[in-house]
Amino acid sequence: MLEARHLSVSIPTEDGTIHAVQDVSFSVEAGGLFGIAGESGSGKSVMMQAILGLLPFADVTGEVIFEGRNLLTLPPRQLQKLRGARIGMIFQDPLSSLHPYYSIGAQITEAIHAHEKVSPQAARARAVDMLTKVGIGNAAERFDSFPHQYSGGMRQRVMIAMALVLNPPLIIADEPTTALDVTVQAQIVALLDQMRKELGTTVVMITHDLGLLSNVADQVMVMYAGNRMEFGSSAAVFHAPSHPYTAGLLASSPSNYAAGEELVAIPGRPPSLLHMPAGCAFAVRCAYAMPKCATQRPPLRRFSDGVESLCWLEAPVEPIHAERAAVSGRNADATAPVVLKVDNVELSFATGGFFSKAGKYEVLKGIDIELRRGETLGLVGESGCGKSTLARVIAGLIPATSGSVLLDGKDMATLDHAGWKEMRKRVQLVFQDPFGSLNPRRRVGAIIGDPFRLHQVASGADRKWRVQDLMETVGLNPEHYNRFPSEFSGGQRQRIGIARALALNPALIIFDEPVSALDVSIQAQVLNLMRSLQQELGLTYLFISHDLAVVRQVCDRIAVMNKGKIVELAEAEAIYTDPQNDYTRTLLAASVVPPPQKGRGTRQLVETIWGAPA
Amino acid sequence: MIRFLAGRVAFAALILLVLSTFVFFLFFVAPGDPARMVAGDKATEAQLIQIRANLGLDRPIHEQYINFIGKAVRGDLGFSYRNQQPVISLIANRLPATLSLVAGGVILWLAVGIPIGIMSARHPGGFRDRLGQGFILIGLSFPTFVLGMMSLYVFYFLPRQAGFTLFPAGGFKAFWPNPAIWAWHMALPWATLALTTAAVYARLTRGQMLEVMGEDYIRTARAKGLSETKVVFKHGLRATLTPLVTQLGADIALLLGGAIVIEQVYGLQGVGALAVQAVNNQDRPIIIGVVLLGGFFIVLSNIIVDILYVLLDPRVR
Amino acid sequence: MSTSATTPPTVVQRSSLDLTLRRLIRDRASLVAFIFIVLLVAFAAAAPLVEAWIGHSPIEQFRQTGLSPTGLPVAPNAEFRLGTDQLGRDVLVRLAYGARVSLLVGVVASLLAAFIGITVGMLAGFLGGWVDAVLSRAMDLIMSVPFLLCALALVSVFGPSLSLSIGVIVFFSWTTMGRVIRGQVKSLREREFVQASRSLGAGSLSIMIVDILPNLSVPIIVYTTMMIPGSIVFEATLSFLGLGIVPPAPSWGGMLADAGANSIYLVAWWLVLFPGLALLFTTLSFNILGDGLRDALDPKARPIRVKPKGAKP
Repeated sequence: MLEARHLSVSIPTEDGTIHAVQDVSFSVEAGGLFGIAGESGSGKSVMMQAILGLLPFADVTGEVIFEGRNLLTLPPRQLQKLRGARIGMIFQDPLSSLHPYYSIGAQITEAIHAHEKVSPQAARARAVDMLTKVGIGNAAERFDSFPHQYSGGMRQRVMIAMALVLNPPLIIADEPTTALDVTVQAQIVALLDQMRKELGTTVVMITHDLGLLSNVADQVMVMYAGNRMEFGSSAAVFHAPSHPYTAGLLASSPSNYAAGEELVAIPGRPPSLLHMPAGCAFAVRCAYAMPKCATQRPPLRRFSDGVESLCWLEAPVEPIHAERAAVSGRNADATAPVVLKVDNVELSFATGGFFSKAGKYEVLKGIDIELRRGETLGLVGESGCGKSTLARVIAGLIPATSGSVLLDGKDMATLDHAGWKEMRKRVQLVFQDPFGSLNPRRRVGAIIGDPFRLHQVASGADRKWRVQDLMETVGLNPEHYNRFPSEFSGGQRQRIGIARALALNPALIIFDEPVSALDVSIQAQVLNLMRSLQQELGLTYLFISHDLAVVRQVCDRIAVMNKGKIVELAEAEAIYTDPQNDYTRTLLAASVVPPPQKGRGTRQLVETIWGAPA
Repeated sequence: MIRFLAGRVAFAALILLVLSTFVFFLFFVAPGDPARMVAGDKATEAQLIQIRANLGLDRPIHEQYINFIGKAVRGDLGFSYRNQQPVISLIANRLPATLSLVAGGVILWLAVGIPIGIMSARHPGGFRDRLGQGFILIGLSFPTFVLGMMSLYVFYFLPRQAGFTLFPAGGFKAFWPNPAIWAWHMALPWATLALTTAAVYARLTRGQMLEVMGEDYIRTARAKGLSETKVVFKHGLRATLTPLVTQLGADIALLLGGAIVIEQVYGLQGVGALAVQAVNNQDRPIIIGVVLLGGFFIVLSNIIVDILYVLLDPRVR
Repeated sequence: MSTSATTPPTVVQRSSLDLTLRRLIRDRASLVAFIFIVLLVAFAAAAPLVEAWIGHSPIEQFRQTGLSPTGLPVAPNAEFRLGTDQLGRDVLVRLAYGARVSLLVGVVASLLAAFIGITVGMLAGFLGGWVDAVLSRAMDLIMSVPFLLCALALVSVFGPSLSLSIGVIVFFSWTTMGRVIRGQVKSLREREFVQASRSLGAGSLSIMIVDILPNLSVPIIVYTTMMIPGSIVFEATLSFLGLGIVPPAPSWGGMLADAGANSIYLVAWWLVLFPGLALLFTTLSFNILGDGLRDALDPKARPIRVKPKGAKP
């Protein structure tokens, strides 16, 4: 269906040339679902966009054959005729991907008119028909609505309808579910699957979510820093990865662990695409690295079950499970003192006025939580369920409308100024966005030292010494004291945020989606750090996340939140094995996890291609 | 929607009220005796008292103010101190010149500025971009009166010395009966106004377009297989030009209140020239009238822009 | 486990000042503009030296040598290098003194306007609520005023003077800065690092100065630079309309106004050309420098060639 050979993409920028894709070959079989997996910066999206001529400034070499023609040498006009009609595309963020000024219907019929000569009525009928097919009720009436009047999931359905309306044989879905909630994700994936079976469409799905791919993909290609690391059937790759990177990626995924176990993280961070290493791109992070890995480009190994790996290793890696160290169990202690007590907290905002009926919008509807010292409580829910708001109420940043929040037995609402300031030392927040939560114009030393400055705890050399001590604690190089946040990677920035939270030795740390902006391999590093800190320092965590697998891995107890209420609160394992609430079950059913690794079985090396394309 | 409009109209009224209060009290506290300006130097004390009574200047200030507002609402802005003509009709006489200038200028600057902005934004960093940016910088930097004087020198005086009249020195000719004469007289003022303002629009268009062309929905439009022309001129331009409406409304309104500098350079008898004369003559009712008229145009344009926005941007609805 | 210790940092460390200077120097137009501004400042500062060297006072009328027998200005010659004006005064010396006025008004008015704009914008953007409502409406109001007309009215009442010119310019130009800063602060306030500071117990003043102000340095530098040419032209326009600097003190706008009176410049081109070009090149230089500074300080604002979302430099 689609065959790429020796595909390379480089993008000239002011700082130098970004080698986004290097010598990648693959072929997509008709009727299948071809998955491309990789972390951010792996070049997976860039590659597909470059193939379709959507990156005008990119330098693309190699060849890509589609329906007997090389897309890379096709005149722009011919390529334009293929886009939409023969190859449809679905993008990550459906809100920004739809034009805000045109109605949904107009944007879909426009695609029809661009490729076929049909009357407006006929185009409209087809668009309505397709919208109905992708599950939009009242399609005829909603035809003239604008994107902002739709919900996120509905918008993605519209994008799918737009991509499918001309019935193209090939669809490229670029992170189609990443911007959506878990339950909606499941619906969209199901819809894509159903559509491809109904219409016989071939799908190329690009995603960072291995769990998702393992469930739907027929074939998988794993990319890292622009290289194709591994390729093979979904079953073979996920059950027994042959490349150390794939194995590491799967091992980093918290869903493959029992609660409380230490994750096996991939150390380090991806190389800069501006200065690619001479040898294997993964060598510096690889547990199996040999001296030649750093200097010589690895060959392509082909195995008996069709799996291909770009690696110097002749035998596939052993499953990492075997070497996993069991870690001591839970820290929870039922007799430990209560740190936090949230009692029937409600929060509502007044809405309306003038013409609309005045009312109130309830964000939190009676929340009860109790948290003991040394414990980790997980708070799970989809976007808009009020979990982040609750975090801010507990942190004392938003006053509750009614109910009480007691920290160390003191009621937040009754604190005077001095008490409030004192309380700021006791509860700390770590935020989701490691790029947004650090002031880009201040040096890391100043950021971590802020708690000392604001509470006049330490100054001068003493402060500097303490800050460097903290940096050491969270695994940062203390010599980087004078750097700006932009010089650190996402995972390191999250460490900075944690160091700042640790500074005043707080009673409670609230983590608000601390790892959801990070890649899986980095996420595992941060989760491990959080765990070891808790064990060393006896910290109490409130852990907020939308990701059930992560929460289950790190938490003692889990509270499931839906629409401002806690619908279920139980021991972490109990939530998994015996969910009581319907919503919890929906949430659990929607989350997909990669299958456990089984070992390499009877796989044999059958061929080695030297200096090879991959 | 109705509520929104009501709010805008109320704010417009507030602006006009503040503006009128400002100018009224400004002139009340100012030195100088209006009665003497009306009557001239040779007037007797008795005549001055009579005039003050006629003008209501002998009454307390708040009464004068209420009287002034009351009349202003009904469209009566008083009489010129110099020639005792109604301010309204003096301004009305001057409007054609200003309107002609603005109407032609707007069309010209949009026709020049927007294409240059698009050209520049479509080839970022390239030769055409640098050309466009050069135009923008020079246009933004050229003081209007310097450009006006230089164009008069080059397009009027030099040809005259060579023995033919390429363009007239200035002055306003009515549209009717001969539009060609009108346009010929307006050509240099239009060009001067348009070149300096076009730079502003080229810069706005360029910046906006660069931003829009990087948006995800432009990628979607390309992925649909639309032609590049359609991508740029339908999807790109729609989102590029909508925010420009705000600037356009403000610019037109500001100029309608008197394109002071250009009218001055080219000797156009417009509202702005009237204001300058009034300032030089200390003819206060006219100054007040022109300032209020300018304010009126601005608030009117604000309301029109708001309504247009609702029509153009579905997210505001 | 530890990331930073095991992998060598690939980022070449350069301070932001260093980077900015590098970019600025690479941008040849900005460099030329900057040199022009430096020379202009030197020219203005040396105005008394120019006067002493040539031996002509800026307001002295040379009726014998500076005017033709028919009473017309004299074209540039050995004695009057840039010619004389309609009263027989030396254009070169007046140009030097005029530069002082233009630069003084441009810089002082811009700094004052920037200061007011930053203060008001920060208060409105950070405090929000009714403070924002009042301040924003006030900015709308000032922007809704026909400013040149109001300037005319003010000058007609109080009489022209340098301080009134500056006052009028400041009053009508701070709103641009105010709006920009307000918008920036409004979005910065929602950033997580501000929430982080607040959760650490930082007060509003501390957040505004320590957290937000450093993030405003780019718009502040760029917009202040770009306000200077605006103020210079504003002053020149007021002087051109006879409402700015009081004659016989020289100012570029006033010189052009003199040239325009009775269209005398049509027979004495140097009366328009020299002050006109001085004005044009000055504003042009500041505008180029402003553009260059924006590009150098904030590479995001320059035309970026569609960068892939995954590509981290």
